Amino acid sequence: MEKSIVQRLKQIVGDQNVETSSMSLHSYSYDATPGFRKTPDAVVAPANTEEVAEVVKICNEHNIPITSRGSGTNLSAGTTPLQGGVVLLFKHMNKILEIDEQNLTATVQPGVITQTLIEAVEEKGLLYPPDPSSMTVSTIGGNINENSGGLRGLKYGVTRDYVFGLKIVLPNGSIMETGGKLMKDVAGYDLTRLFVGSEGTLGVVTEAILKLVPLPAHKKTMLATYEDIDDAAKTVSAIIKARIIPATIEFLDQPTVEVVEAYNQVGLPTDAQAILLIEQDGPESVVTSDIEKMAGICKEFSAVTVNIAKDEEEANALTTARRSALSTIARLRPTTFLEDATVPRSQVAPMVKAINEIAIKYDVKICTFGHAGDGNLHPTVPTDVRNKEEFHRVEQAFAEIFEKAVELGGTITGEHGVGAMKAPYLKLKLGEAGIQAMKGIKQSFDPNDIMNPGKLFFEADQEEVSHR
Amino acid sequence: MNTAVKERIQQDFQDRMDRDELENCMRCGFCLPVCPTYIQSGYDETQSPRGRIALMKGIVDGEIEPDEDIEKTLNECLGCRACEPACPAGVNYGQLLEEARDIFNQNKKHSLPAKMVRKTVFDGLFPHQNRMENMTSLLHFYQHSGMQKMTRKIGFMKLFPESMATMERVLPDVPTRKEMRARQKYYQHENKPKATVAFFKGCLMDTMFMETNKATIELLQKVGCDIVVPDTQNCCGALHGHAGEKDKAKELAKKNIAAFEEVNADFIITNAGGCGAFLNDYDHLLKDDPEWADHAARFTEKIKDITTILVELDFHKMPLKLPEQVVTYQDSCHLRNVQKTFEEPRILLQSIDGPHYQEMNDAARCCGSAGIYNIVHSELSMKHLDYKMEQVKHTAATTIVTTNPGCLLQMKLGIEREGLSDKMRAVHIVELLIEAVDESKRG
Ligand SMILES: Cc1cc2nc3c(=O)[nH]c(=O)nc-3n(C[C@H](O)[C@H](O)[C@H](O)COP(=O)(O)OP(=O)(O)OC[C@H]3O[C@@H](n4cnc5c(N)ncnc54)[C@H](O)[C@@H]3O)c2cc1C
Ligand code: SF4
Ligand code: SF4
Repeated sequence: MEKSIVQRLKQIVGDQNVETSSMSLHSYSYDATPGFRKTPDAVVAPANTEEVAEVVKICNEHNIPITSRGSGTNLSAGTTPLQGGVVLLFKHMNKILEIDEQNLTATVQPGVITQTLIEAVEEKGLLYPPDPSSMTVSTIGGNINENSGGLRGLKYGVTRDYVFGLKIVLPNGSIMETGGKLMKDVAGYDLTRLFVGSEGTLGVVTEAILKLVPLPAHKKTMLATYEDIDDAAKTVSAIIKARIIPATIEFLDQPTVEVVEAYNQVGLPTDAQAILLIEQDGPESVVTSDIEKMAGICKEFSAVTVNIAKDEEEANALTTARRSALSTIARLRPTTFLEDATVPRSQVAPMVKAINEIAIKYDVKICTFGHAGDGNLHPTVPTDVRNKEEFHRVEQAFAEIFEKAVELGGTITGEHGVGAMKAPYLKLKLGEAGIQAMKGIKQSFDPNDIMNPGKLFFEADQEEVSHR
Repeated sequence: MNTAVKERIQQDFQDRMDRDELENCMRCGFCLPVCPTYIQSGYDETQSPRGRIALMKGIVDGEIEPDEDIEKTLNECLGCRACEPACPAGVNYGQLLEEARDIFNQNKKHSLPAKMVRKTVFDGLFPHQNRMENMTSLLHFYQHSGMQKMTRKIGFMKLFPESMATMERVLPDVPTRKEMRARQKYYQHENKPKATVAFFKGCLMDTMFMETNKATIELLQKVGCDIVVPDTQNCCGALHGHAGEKDKAKELAKKNIAAFEEVNADFIITNAGGCGAFLNDYDHLLKDDPEWADHAARFTEKIKDITTILVELDFHKMPLKLPEQVVTYQDSCHLRNVQKTFEEPRILLQSIDGPHYQEMNDAARCCGSAGIYNIVHSELSMKHLDYKMEQVKHTAATTIVTTNPGCLLQMKLGIEREGLSDKMRAVHIVELLIEAVDESKRG
């Protein structure tokens, strides 16, 4: 990057907020996605919307790519600066500006850590429901731009359902506000929704108005084990059919149970083909009756064991298996691929079976766990990217999993986003017409393609940039 | 750093760094929110565990040249290892850090620490009155405790460059402790006999904190332990290991293993979280030494912190009493993050009749003591300490309890700095427990 540009950036945000040392550049060359890395030219940390706008203007003028970056926990290479340029940080823009108890909204800057917000609103007896497993690290800006989901998704929905309004710096440097503290707002296109999940490709989010709900008074946890995965699937359908919407229904398949038990000895039957972890929250009487009804349904569909936690300690013990799933799998091999193929709820069992067959076909280990309630599965592959031959088989297996998911009426990604990682598969889901429509939107907002270029859309000549 | 040095460092990284361990980091960032240097730096990735691992890996993979910036961020890591329990992939960060520092250090022999300390002393210390005060109060402890003599004896000052060593020598000689009385080697259990243990006395603990060791032994006796104190034991080597002097650490490890093999006790008890953790790592330290690897593994299995054995042998069910006061606990990083011991001290403290135990916010966060960190990175260390003292003040505690000598000193320094020495004290947990035993006898 030209010295004069670095100088201008420094004038806007201050010397200490523009990093160009080789150490800094290296440290912002990656995110949580295995196999992707590219060094940016500068790392810039603005203090407010106006500074962001000034930085964006300069970049637009000189065709310099901008990659907005929260905590870099995304799993789609969304913050890997594939074409260099500026990495934009929100470490100074990390304040909760307001918690409005009358309108039940929170106004926040993008750098706020998800968990920090959840704790702050809980203190006021309120709930911000989207709770991705990465919430202790992830930022609201990242959550909004990936439209992240979480364990509570089944009952409460995902990030999209909690964004009322946004302040956005557009690629030409102008500042736009969408929505507001409004339950109802039909003034034109729903730009708020367009930006949620846009992966930093349309503009920079510098403020958000988020919806809050009252904190449920009570929570109860139960765990059921099954000898047959179909029984577990039938249980999930039967629960929904009985008009119960639990806060979570999490699922572990047999390969996952096996490794979790082998490493943690939490007392799971290793021959269990499936485990369901179910939670309900709400007023105490409702929670108790729902849990009892669900326990009945589990037994009706041949659950081998059904355990209801009596207190928080027991609840924690029951959730250990689910909580430790990822960390156990991650310890098996150096590299861990965590995917998020998603299918309609009714297709969970066929999808899991298909995944297990694909694992055998390509001779790779795949452990699947995830959110059975909303069909969002995490086929997870412990492997080693350094083993080229094995890695190739892993890629083939994933390609087939994505195809299968789409075939079953599902999608290639339920919550991790497309980024560069899944760009080659986007067409599977959208078809040519869908891709063209999205390209049109991108083109009209960002004609110079400076906002997170190389993401979402796959150009054959772009070939995985730094796939080692 | 000139090109030749850089090339040597890079070569050593390629030869010596554990590539599997580097690859194990999946860059998920789960370690970020627990890292004190990341938080203190205002969320700078280069000051985070994920960033440091990526830099090490970058050097190994030839993506980035080793340079002063990287050396600095590695040195400014507290080595508190809070990132390890937070890591889903189980990355052994502490061992990566130790190896990386050792490589930088070996390739820059003397000039590196010399520069560091000279900078601290001449740029960072003397021109600043308040920092001088900190330093002096540290030296005060140092001199009046016999630590000075001990540190000379164990060659600790060799870790420092000439400048510091000189300063140490030109200090007016304060009366040092007389030759310590030849101490007992065996102590008999009281009550019912339950176990035979060997006691690792630690070099600081045995001098500066002699009272703590005495209290530890008394507590062990009370829960029915026969205690052996092998007299051929040494410093654990932690300070050497963490400061990039791995070979010296290995020598000390071997001597200790031999000393404790001779007595063959059920457990080896430590009362210093930092030492305990390093003893726990002997198996890793000596894993490539065919002659010692097995011995080290057996040694490691026996290590237990005093708080663990006390809880195991039901000390907390004995009558314990103290006057009313608010007590809080500052975790020893290595006791918590490496030895995974954090419930036991709390169980013990809450079992005392009288005081109110108040957990402090972020008790697990490093106080900035971190071995010799508070000497070589005084300014950064004080920032961590200031944060810590804020949390302490919120608890309204009058007694801060720790489980490691470094933490104890740092907390004492914190109390001094805040001007609270008339209202607040810092003690090692065993001292408080002995007080509680005595008080309950008085009725
Ligand atoms: C172990 C693990 C578990 C996970 N679990 C879940 C889960 O349960 N559910 C889930 O949905 N995800 C999960 N994720 C994925 C990831 O944590 C989420 O996508 C999260 O929202 C990313 O937040 P971040 O702050 O790290 O954003 P980043 O990774 O930094 O960025 C994500 C995207 O947002 C863009 N962006 C960030 N800030 C801005 C801004 N201010 N303006 C414009 N664009 C911006 C970036 O350009 C990028 O495209 C998990 C990841 C890991 C490693
Ligand atoms: S050891 Fe402590 S300071 Fe160092 S990276 Fe880990 S958490 Fe941060
Ligand atoms: S938590 Fe572990 S795997 Fe994740 S970034 Fe930190 S060291 Fe790497």
